[in-house]
Amino acid sequence: MQEEKKSLIETRDLSIGYHHPRHGQKVLHSNICVKLEAGEFACVLGPNGSGKSTLLQTLCGFLPRLSGEVCIAGKQIDKVSNRQLSLLASVVLTERVTVSNMTVFDLVSLGRTPYTGFFGRLKSRDLELVTEAIQSVGLEGFEERLITNMSDGERQKAMIAKALVQETPLIVLDEPTAFLDLPSRIEIMHLLRKLAHQHNKAILLSTHDLDLALQMADKVWLLAEGRKMETGTPEDLVLTNEFRRFFEREGILFDNDTGQFTVEKQKVKTIRIVGKGIEYKWVSRALARRGFAASDEPFSGFQVEVKSDGKREYLLTGPDGKIQKLRTIEDLLTQLEHEEATLLTE
Amino acid sequence: MQQFLEKYLSGRQLTVFWLSGLAVLSLTLFVLNLILGSVNIPFWSVIQALAGDLQMDDSWRLIVLKSRLPQAITAILAGAGLAVGGLQMQTLFRNPLAGPSILGISSGAGLGVALVLLVAGKIGGVALSHLGFTGHLSVALAAFAGASLVLTMVLFLSRHLKDNAMLLIVGIMVGYAASALVGILKFYSMKEDVHAYVIWGLGSFSTVSWSQMSVLFPVVTLGLFGSFFLVKPLNVMLLGEQYAGNLGINISLSRLLIILCTGLLTATITAFCGPIAFLGLAVPHLTKGLFRTSDHKVLIPAVILAGIAVALFSNLIARLPGFDGALPINAVTSMIGAPVVIWVILKGKNLRTPGV
Repeated sequence: MQEEKKSLIETRDLSIGYHHPRHGQKVLHSNICVKLEAGEFACVLGPNGSGKSTLLQTLCGFLPRLSGEVCIAGKQIDKVSNRQLSLLASVVLTERVTVSNMTVFDLVSLGRTPYTGFFGRLKSRDLELVTEAIQSVGLEGFEERLITNMSDGERQKAMIAKALVQETPLIVLDEPTAFLDLPSRIEIMHLLRKLAHQHNKAILLSTHDLDLALQMADKVWLLAEGRKMETGTPEDLVLTNEFRRFFEREGILFDNDTGQFTVEKQKVKTIRIVGKGIEYKWVSRALARRGFAASDEPFSGFQVEVKSDGKREYLLTGPDGKIQKLRTIEDLLTQLEHEEATLLTE
Repeated sequence: MQQFLEKYLSGRQLTVFWLSGLAVLSLTLFVLNLILGSVNIPFWSVIQALAGDLQMDDSWRLIVLKSRLPQAITAILAGAGLAVGGLQMQTLFRNPLAGPSILGISSGAGLGVALVLLVAGKIGGVALSHLGFTGHLSVALAAFAGASLVLTMVLFLSRHLKDNAMLLIVGIMVGYAASALVGILKFYSMKEDVHAYVIWGLGSFSTVSWSQMSVLFPVVTLGLFGSFFLVKPLNVMLLGEQYAGNLGINISLSRLLIILCTGLLTATITAFCGPIAFLGLAVPHLTKGLFRTSDHKVLIPAVILAGIAVALFSNLIARLPGFDGALPINAVTSMIGAPVVIWVILKGKNLRTPGV
């Protein structure tokens, strides 16, 4: 049992891009060698225009590859027919599907198309699978709802159910969370991760939600224009500074400690912050926004003491030693600004 | 009424209810088409004439067999064919404004007819409109030739244009070009010929003789039959071409077959009945409003029945006593149909998303 984990996507020296009728080929990326295995949840990350969609569309056969090889479940993609491919890979695309009079059940049943006969009639096994898939994406009770009357998040779940009933070992999603609000994004990512692990499917998606991808993806593929693609476990990519290299621009910093982006501020002033816990963290953030770098050293400038036991209080000590008691961070910031101003005029 | 029905009937029962309702309605309208007209013929006499009883009144027998029966059958074929064509185009292009004429096929037919009516009249020195039966037949042939020419062009282009939206634009452009040529021809033609062209353009179910029926009937039946075989690709095409391709459908073949099916129906019907507006666009919308489904397994038989009913009804109105002779069929279909469609759309709940 050496081949227990099957590679569902494997590329060798793949080049992707476009054939342009007049300007010849436009190569976006070349020499791509990636692998995706069953049970893995992978995210493709990259700025706009970095070729995420092109990569995904090439991998599922919508766009011709420029050179190299793409193998889906061990089969070369241009040697399998459309029909065979439909049994290997299913897709969910960015575009909103709006078809009037189509119910969730109708939509999900279309996923059985590769298995149904000439007129597309559903057998009892198909009906079972459709019901099951609708349940596993959490849409039970929505079967008869029209897809035009659903929120974007619910519709995206229905599309995922459609991909599920297609019973393919690989599911490719092109920005499935693009139109969604934050809670729905988390929900969808969570759902996909669960499906990958429970059903042992390989799931590949492109997204702009870096922090979600960092938290949930087993593998991350990083793309940027004019750079070699990097792949790996998200934590490794953070530690080797790949995230920084791919996403930092002027004024935007990637914080390797928190895995988040921060907007670069000119932190010239320092302030001493004393305290602990969550209040300490949020006070530091608020002060950082105002251009104060936190420091633990005692010095003669401003000092904030955060009291987090029982009553929440913020004690602001000025350079003159005067202490102010403040209830909220907002008050603290106002007071600080005020004292700074008086200090300057004096 | 729709709400009332939905309360008591399940989706499937509702479908059966409306399908049988439409079938009964079509049958009734068919019989009325044979009975009513400038001369009212009693039901039993109609049956006698149909049964081939030679003892009855000769003039009644001739009216039923030579005029009303072919006219009603033509209406049935045209209604069903155009409605199916419209449904297929709306699905293929995912556009609620698409109809069977969207590919420029009707304009092609128009151009063919214009060439025959206007140019032949000029060269031969005889207005073809005076030639009676030969005139009719050559008009039909010309229309079919024009329509086939455009259809061949569209089929050829559809192999090279990957994008349906581009194909749609090309179809519309071909239509404009054909209309422009017709305009030029009209400008240089005799009044009688232009009049004949205008008459053809208004559409009619009454010009099809039994010998022409032997062409119209098999072709339209073939087209309708073929549309049932396209149910699966049509259903998947609703999601767009990429999803359809991913579901294992051969897109270019399906698209070719859908265009061919619609093209055949539209070209033949336009050749014999003139460019009948509206039916192909409106009937699918009416049907979707009634059946509330996107499944072509239901929609195709439904639009066929609805198309038949609407065409027979329009034909009946056009022939009402008082309208000397017969009203042009296009005037009737559009005048009844437009308000009905607006009413359906306003009543529908899906105002926000027109979709397909």
